[in-house]
Amino acid sequence: MARIRVLVGTRKGAFILTSDAARRDWQVRGPHFGGWEIFHMAGSKANPERLYASQTSSWFGQVIQRSDDGGASWNPVGNAFAYAGDPGTHLHYDGTAKPWAFKRVWHLEPSPTDPDMVYAGVEDAALFRSTDGGQTWVELPALREQQGAKWMPGAGGMCLHTILLDPTNPQRLYVAISAAGAFRSDDGGLSWKPINRGLHSQYIPDPEAEVGHCVHRIAMHPARPQTLFMQKHWDVMRSDDAGDAWVEVSGNLPSDFGFAMAVHAHEPDTVYVVPIQSDSEHYPPEGKLRVYRSTTGGRAWDALTDGLPQQHCYVNVLRDAMAVDTLDPCGVYFGTSGGQVYVSPDAGDHWQAVVRDLPAVLSVSVQTLP
Amino acid sequence: MASVRVVLPYQLHTLARCGGAKITLPIAGSVTLGAVLDALEAAYPMLLGALRDRASGQRRPLIRFYACQMDFSNAAADTALPEAVATGREALLIVGAIAGG
Repeated sequence: MARIRVLVGTRKGAFILTSDAARRDWQVRGPHFGGWEIFHMAGSKANPERLYASQTSSWFGQVIQRSDDGGASWNPVGNAFAYAGDPGTHLHYDGTAKPWAFKRVWHLEPSPTDPDMVYAGVEDAALFRSTDGGQTWVELPALREQQGAKWMPGAGGMCLHTILLDPTNPQRLYVAISAAGAFRSDDGGLSWKPINRGLHSQYIPDPEAEVGHCVHRIAMHPARPQTLFMQKHWDVMRSDDAGDAWVEVSGNLPSDFGFAMAVHAHEPDTVYVVPIQSDSEHYPPEGKLRVYRSTTGGRAWDALTDGLPQQHCYVNVLRDAMAVDTLDPCGVYFGTSGGQVYVSPDAGDHWQAVVRDLPAVLSVSVQTLP
Repeated sequence: MASVRVVLPYQLHTLARCGGAKITLPIAGSVTLGAVLDALEAAYPMLLGALRDRASGQRRPLIRFYACQMDFSNAAADTALPEAVATGREALLIVGAIAGG
């Protein structure tokens, strides 16, 4: 019988939640790496017992942890993230040029076919790849050639936070960088192009600017990888040509600002977002925590509220804190800045809190185990 | 061969899995700040990058080094540590700065 393993990264450690396929009764393990920020954890599809975790601290720097037994034990692997060559400078908030400097790993994306291959999205924004299970890391530097000198950090830092691997085409990768935009490679990361046409950001003087858009998240369905959904700083967007052009699908959302986004495991047109009031107020509109689901690929959205707090709720849901499992019906999961992790075992119709009092949740990823 | 005592903060001795905050390191040659940090990182490579930036080699901003009531945080790597540290009577204290509210 299938099992579910939920990997939760928080401000103060990692937690692993497990359940059978019913997804009603949960076991909670942790904290692992207590006191450290766990920006992201991810499991390999090729070997689900192989997990990677980004453990980071303003005091003690970056550690990459690896588990080969499903999270029962962990060992640190390589943490040398050296930019290729002289990385030069990017723009700072005050418009001055600032040297590129590694700060932390925001996101880890294991290869779907090779448990030893994993990508890392880092701050200051760059993409690294390991082919030896995280022991060594090599940058894919052509990404920074996409006008990297013009990139400027967003409020959360100049982070590469999203990595999507096209399961039908190993040469195609997508990444998204806060306040720089989305980018695509069709040759395994050797070269890149900005894919931001159709995005409109009021704070950018040039409406045709190729870079500078604050993309918060992109998501796709593995069976239809040319269709992308995007939660931009403001606006929910959709592309049906691998990012070459985007159209807005915010429709009737109460706010189109937000961070998290996921696509249903079995329905490529069913998309989930969590609207947030505004970029000045990082909490849900009206104090109601609502997931919105579109079954039409955007534009028409329905609020999902059963089991979620509908008054006095002022948590946030961060960009890497929403995920789905692959059971039928599809399970949907998200974590909040208030330390709750919610699960819906029926595609969003009903929700329950698996845990309520964890540290602030930074990331949620889900493994569906045989 | 000197035998130098080092005290690590909680987060680093748990990362290093060295059995506690207090460890002892053999140091060949001069007992300088850099020699002790080099020996520490060689014995516990998971600490690479935790004390000093991996690219620049500079002390991480919120890491401090103390010994014999003196602050060595901004000392050059070739700064000799006090005799009491070199002889093992006093420890080099590695401290995570009290910061962050």
